Amino acid sequence: MTQFVTIPKIGAAGAFREKARRFLNEGVPPEEITWGGAESPRGLFDTSAEAVSTKPIRVPRSFLSMAETVVWHSDADRFARLYALLWRLKNEPHLMSDRGDATVAKLRMLEKNVHRCQQKMKAFVRFREISEPNAARRSFAAWFEPTHFTVEPTAPFFQRRFADMDWRIVTPDVSAIFVDGYLRFEEGAERPALPDDTSEGLWITYFQNIFNPARVKVQAMTSEMPRKYWKNLPEAASIPQMIAEAPARARKMAEAAPTLPPARMQKVQAGLADHNSAWTGLPEEMLQELQSCTRCPLYSSATQAVPGEGPEDAALFVVGEQPGDQEDLHGRPFVGPAGQLFDVIAQSAGLDRSRVYVTNAVKHFKFTPRGKRRIHQRPNSSEVLHCRWWLGQELDRIKPKLVIAMGSTAALALTGSGEKLLSRRGSIETTSAGLRVLVTVHPAYLLRLPDNNVRAEATEAFRGDLVRAVREVSLVAT
Amino acid sequence: MVQQSLTQKLAILSDAAKYDASCASSGSTRRDSRDGKSLGSNEGSGICHAYAPDGRCISLLKILMTNFCIYDCSYCINRVSSNVERARFSVEEVVKLTIEFYRRNYIEGLFLSSGIIRSPDVTMQDMVRIARTLREEENFRGYIHLKTIPDASPELIAEAGLLADRLSINVELPTDASVQQYAPEKDPAQIRKAMADIRLRKEGAKERSFTGKRPPRFAPAGQSTQMIIGADGSNDAAVLGQSTRLYSSYKLKRVYYSAFSPIPDSSANLPLISPPLRREHRLYQADWLLRFYGFSLDEITCATPDGNLDLEIDPKLAWALMHRGLFPLDVNTASRELLLRVPGFGVKTVKRIIATRRHRNLRYEDLTRMGASMKKARAFMTARGWTPGALLDTENLRAKFAPPPLQLSLF
Repeated sequence: MTQFVTIPKIGAAGAFREKARRFLNEGVPPEEITWGGAESPRGLFDTSAEAVSTKPIRVPRSFLSMAETVVWHSDADRFARLYALLWRLKNEPHLMSDRGDATVAKLRMLEKNVHRCQQKMKAFVRFREISEPNAARRSFAAWFEPTHFTVEPTAPFFQRRFADMDWRIVTPDVSAIFVDGYLRFEEGAERPALPDDTSEGLWITYFQNIFNPARVKVQAMTSEMPRKYWKNLPEAASIPQMIAEAPARARKMAEAAPTLPPARMQKVQAGLADHNSAWTGLPEEMLQELQSCTRCPLYSSATQAVPGEGPEDAALFVVGEQPGDQEDLHGRPFVGPAGQLFDVIAQSAGLDRSRVYVTNAVKHFKFTPRGKRRIHQRPNSSEVLHCRWWLGQELDRIKPKLVIAMGSTAALALTGSGEKLLSRRGSIETTSAGLRVLVTVHPAYLLRLPDNNVRAEATEAFRGDLVRAVREVSLVAT
Repeated sequence: MVQQSLTQKLAILSDAAKYDASCASSGSTRRDSRDGKSLGSNEGSGICHAYAPDGRCISLLKILMTNFCIYDCSYCINRVSSNVERARFSVEEVVKLTIEFYRRNYIEGLFLSSGIIRSPDVTMQDMVRIARTLREEENFRGYIHLKTIPDASPELIAEAGLLADRLSINVELPTDASVQQYAPEKDPAQIRKAMADIRLRKEGAKERSFTGKRPPRFAPAGQSTQMIIGADGSNDAAVLGQSTRLYSSYKLKRVYYSAFSPIPDSSANLPLISPPLRREHRLYQADWLLRFYGFSLDEITCATPDGNLDLEIDPKLAWALMHRGLFPLDVNTASRELLLRVPGFGVKTVKRIIATRRHRNLRYEDLTRMGASMKKARAFMTARGWTPGALLDTENLRAKFAPPPLQLSLF
């Protein structure tokens, strides 16, 4: 015996869910049910008052979300297809994650059609204003012809978006009406006569002018804005003319000879010289020079050159390798993880950080991009040598008693030799210019050591070097 | 001078704005106006409300506040030396247009850009004022994208980031040298510093205060930039190198590539060409491979000796044809990383393959239902009931994918 069921046009999702649950509880196989579509008006479906069984049914959540979309499709067999899958899911619960199964693939396709139709409805509904003069709330109306029964599932989107005005979307099947904050659905209607709207003219002007006639890609347009929607889009009427005129407009641009600049250009450009932006204008000339340094290619990928920082009369001068990710963004040295570690150890070594000048051997950040990260790269000797120019200026200016070279790059820049850092660690070398350089490791090296014991040992040695430096310049913090 | 009507101004200032490629309205905070006191919503994914015959989506009202400009960038229609007709919107006009268009469901929000008038700060102040009026007086909850002026003061950029969903600063051209040549008033270092500043502010706005309070979000849809392709001599390796640096340094959401397009009233410094649309398309494909498919820059650019991408076939196919030794891959056993390298398989297809093969072995027909483009993929994979056989090793495999050669005209 076959049972007839009709699902109403309005509220189809809930009705289908209730019927399907009942049939599944009663164990009615799909071939014994004939599902009627939304063509029958509300109230005509079988008024079966049979007790709905309340036995809970377990259904994969992914089926529910799919069913709640597919019920709005215009396909006549949508309910039967859904119930057939539901029936199979009893014994094959994994079916929902099988993207190759033909039944599921078909339903997924229907689901995709409905999603696309909903998306297009959100995009292509065009309201016209129908407000009464002096009304408290403005009101708008639109006529739309969706491919599927998408008004009901899409109306909440418009409710969320246009809550401070009244609106109605009339379609041939179902109309959504939102008045004073309440949404209701009614039977569809004929196309209403809507009054002219001045903003529509502005919109068409915008549409015509945002188009670039030099790059015509009609297919890219029609694949996303199919012709079936054009009749209800006010701007679409001008498309044929825009396409027809495009080649001539593009040719005219190409053929037009370059013109002479207008007379006001010189006046404007003269004015330009006067304006000063807020971010330049650092006091010393050197800092400005440094920012425009192009002595090596590193400038082109880094954000900015990072100058040294500290009191002009510092006795101790600390040189690191190069700015890291954070230093590059902030434009200040020693603010990243290695710089923070240096601060901690320096404090425990009794070094007054505010009385030390800190800088880097290379002033621009060198890195290779990997995904969303920048991986630090050691500067090569040519880059180090090119940047010595700036380090030299800083040393000449500060005239420190002692320089601490942290890591082999700093040692290379200061002493000219970057060899065997660990064997030189802790020694004070004197350069040909008479500069005393204490060679030690870079704090980033401590961060990289994997073994805890080794790291503790190396950290202790590093602290020892800093203590020695403090003693050398008798700069004990009080 | 005759007073321009709103329609005339809109025509001039939207015409001037069309060279900006971005029209995205996605990825911001979710919000709506269900309280009945405000207008607009944002639900994560963007909506394209219309498409122009140039194939570009129209999601935002993309206009210039003014096309008066004191800069002289050769590639730009609004440069000071151009004789294009000029116009300027008032703050109220932009606000009114945005709100009225939004209420009629024409747009997702506003993308405001501007020529530089008087000084960068004055211009930026007006743009920020428009955004503030929309947010605070009109209670607008739609999308706002502000094109930031890199020379403007940091305080103005800070305020812009609190009002707008997205900020963007155009790097304009792939190398510093070409920026200096074609946009002499712009400073690449200043542009990078401004992008660094936006990244730091955005990250700073994520940290809770000691009371656990979250600061207001800064530019929740992130920052983006645009590069003009084909105006200078940079090859694709230089372009993609620049964009990978930008993605990693400033955590950009997108780098847009804009094929250099003829402008009315061109500059003598920069002869017009027909826009390299296919090159632009290949660059976007390569950009996607770099960000979502685990390709490295060298792998993509090594395919041709001149560092440009193959225009006839897509970069993934070009790579696969050069590395035929890796293929065919068995879709039933290959790892995700390798499946992503099969031409014709997208990220979604690979996800579906992996989900389904947990239950059973995959056949050729299954893959057609999963959205794979089998015309490309078939030569590079095996499945139950399918092996490419000698197809993979045929000499003319490339010719099967490339467009047919064109006969040159004799006359």
